[in-house]
Amino acid sequence: MSHSEKAAIFNKNEAKVNWHDKALWYVREKRDNAAHGVKGWEYLRDTASKIKGNVLSNLDNYLIEFEANALKNGIKVHWASDAKEHNSIVHKIVKEHNAKKVVKSKSMLTEECHLNPYLESKNIEVVDTDLGEYIVQIAKETPSHIVLPAIHKTKEEVDELFQEHLGTKPSNGNPEYLTNEARKHLRNKFLQADVAITGVNFAIAETGGFVVCTNEGNADMGAHLAPVHIACMGIEKIIPKEEHLGVFLRLLARSATGQPITTYSSHFNKPAKGKELHIVIVDNGRTEQLSREDFRSSLHCIRCGACMNTCPIYRRSGGHSYDATIPGPIGSILSPGKDLTKHSSLPFASTLCGSCSNVCPVKINIHEQLYKWRQLIVKDVKQPVVKKTILKITGKILKNRTSYNLVGKSARFMLKYAPRFMVYSKLNAWGKARELPKVKTQNFDDWYKAKRKNNE
Amino acid sequence: MRVGLFIPCYINQLYPQVAIATLELLEKLNVDVYYPSTQTCCGQPLGNSGYEEDSKGACQLFVENFAAYDYIVGPSGSCIYHVKKHFDIIEQTPDVVKVRNNAFELCEFIVKVLGKTDLGASFPHKVGLHKSCHGLRGLHLGSCSERMDPYYSTEEDLLNNVKGLELMQLNRADECCGFGGTFSVFEEAVSVKMGKDKIQDHLDNGVEVITGADHSCLMHLEGLINRDNKPLKVMHIAEILNSTI
Ligand code: SF4
Repeated sequence: MSHSEKAAIFNKNEAKVNWHDKALWYVREKRDNAAHGVKGWEYLRDTASKIKGNVLSNLDNYLIEFEANALKNGIKVHWASDAKEHNSIVHKIVKEHNAKKVVKSKSMLTEECHLNPYLESKNIEVVDTDLGEYIVQIAKETPSHIVLPAIHKTKEEVDELFQEHLGTKPSNGNPEYLTNEARKHLRNKFLQADVAITGVNFAIAETGGFVVCTNEGNADMGAHLAPVHIACMGIEKIIPKEEHLGVFLRLLARSATGQPITTYSSHFNKPAKGKELHIVIVDNGRTEQLSREDFRSSLHCIRCGACMNTCPIYRRSGGHSYDATIPGPIGSILSPGKDLTKHSSLPFASTLCGSCSNVCPVKINIHEQLYKWRQLIVKDVKQPVVKKTILKITGKILKNRTSYNLVGKSARFMLKYAPRFMVYSKLNAWGKARELPKVKTQNFDDWYKAKRKNNE
Repeated sequence: MRVGLFIPCYINQLYPQVAIATLELLEKLNVDVYYPSTQTCCGQPLGNSGYEEDSKGACQLFVENFAAYDYIVGPSGSCIYHVKKHFDIIEQTPDVVKVRNNAFELCEFIVKVLGKTDLGASFPHKVGLHKSCHGLRGLHLGSCSERMDPYYSTEEDLLNNVKGLELMQLNRADECCGFGGTFSVFEEAVSVKMGKDKIQDHLDNGVEVITGADHSCLMHLEGLINRDNKPLKVMHIAEILNSTI
């Protein structure tokens, strides 16, 4: 199903759309307030963008530097070229330790690689410990947002879900009660876990260490309790030096939720005594995206989710309408790089308003890339015949004033004299909820000819 | 100073009053205005739909029509933005470069080139400004709420000088209205919802007349207003700036 079809279904429940829109707009406003509080915000964005640009131009060197330093620190480093390899590396480590229970925290990469179903198929229990991710996991859904994975669920829906899965009492969607119950339940999972998997927000080439940002402390909790910690990172998560961390930490939480900084920014540099620390460095299509000059800067992304919160289409169509691990504006430029045919409707799920590009803390020109993808999609993916024909003919008409005049005249004639049922037919998506403009007797050309004869 | 008047296709056919107001306004400001009669369209609908290849003919024709003028002025932010931003698909001859550099949206031309903000207009109504995205974030007609830049707005500078006009504040001052060219048709459901929400924002803030520098957005909003019989009027900013009592 295309984005527009899914979005149309989401829009059948207008009250829910309103609620979803307001919830995300609230986060966008918090972000605005937080950004206003930082002097030189635009300068900070600029700096972040330049650091990322440098990283992408020297990615190989930084990765090699990172690996060397990580190894020195006693971290075991693995390389995966795709999702399949990533999953089997993780599985191999888990198996080596005879592990049966895994806790996971904040990793869109493992979502992207579909690690959960893979491990489950090998009889390994995986629990997502981030509250939002846990909610979507028990609902057997995927995250609809990269920072607020369960934003599509109301507290009443979560209440019902918890009653069913955790045996909680009906609480009318009391968030405090529900959070506490989840916490109790997850605490046991942490205590029993054999392996903890986390994502990586920033890996530092200079030190061989990495940072994970969470608000619930669940990355710490998992990594500190389990004997084995596996961190999974995309190759683009690297930053050159520790001193650059300040730039990104200041931008990330403010852009994501309007907080000055995430509650926990956990630094991992080496394994604790008697424990193992692994890092899996994953490509999975990233070098290919890097090779596309027009789309390269999409790899700047630090996954703050701000472009989703600001996107008026995302807010009114829901994250699942994008049918991709990363939804919203950034997902719409990343996904076509992975599967152009499957995701060919995403670059069109935008008015090109440009709000995403302006909100993005690392200055990705998202809306310009959407425009670029559109040109490629029309060339490479089979288009609906009607759409294609209409646009091709339009191109021909606009080349030439005579045909343009003719079409202009007949369109005006149609709008003026055709019976309503014809103009407002099923074929006319414009007229489903909108009136067409009322036609005047004269167009501007006629008026001009009559009133301004001599001036041409 | 010779100015070529660019009237986008849909304004020519459906909203001649907007074109007339634009022309009269420029004439009032003592500008030498010419209307090249073989103009068609900037090609934006094609480009935004992914068919910019097929729009090359329209782009060439645009340049042929306007290369002779010192400035090209049009009452439509998004069309002007398209000329400036996307005409890189044709060969960059000196004519093409000239046209792209000298194309101006009407308000920007009046404020930046002519250096005027008080045009002697009067319009005693409560007005809500629709800051269309291509004008705002594309042509930088004003600061946008995502960026932490000093506040400015070219359109507000003009409207604040209109006698009797009360400019109303909106809750989401620069949220997109959901028009987006062919988006309005291919993503009908979301487009309509965005438009409805935008209209509600104006209604909630006591607006009587919605105005803006891009009539395509206004056409979309007007379509919704008329279908739902909302107590709102839609007028292009040129019509307001050209009005007197
Ligand atoms: S593209 Fe920019 S705004 Fe969107 S998630 Fe990535 S960093 Fe954040």
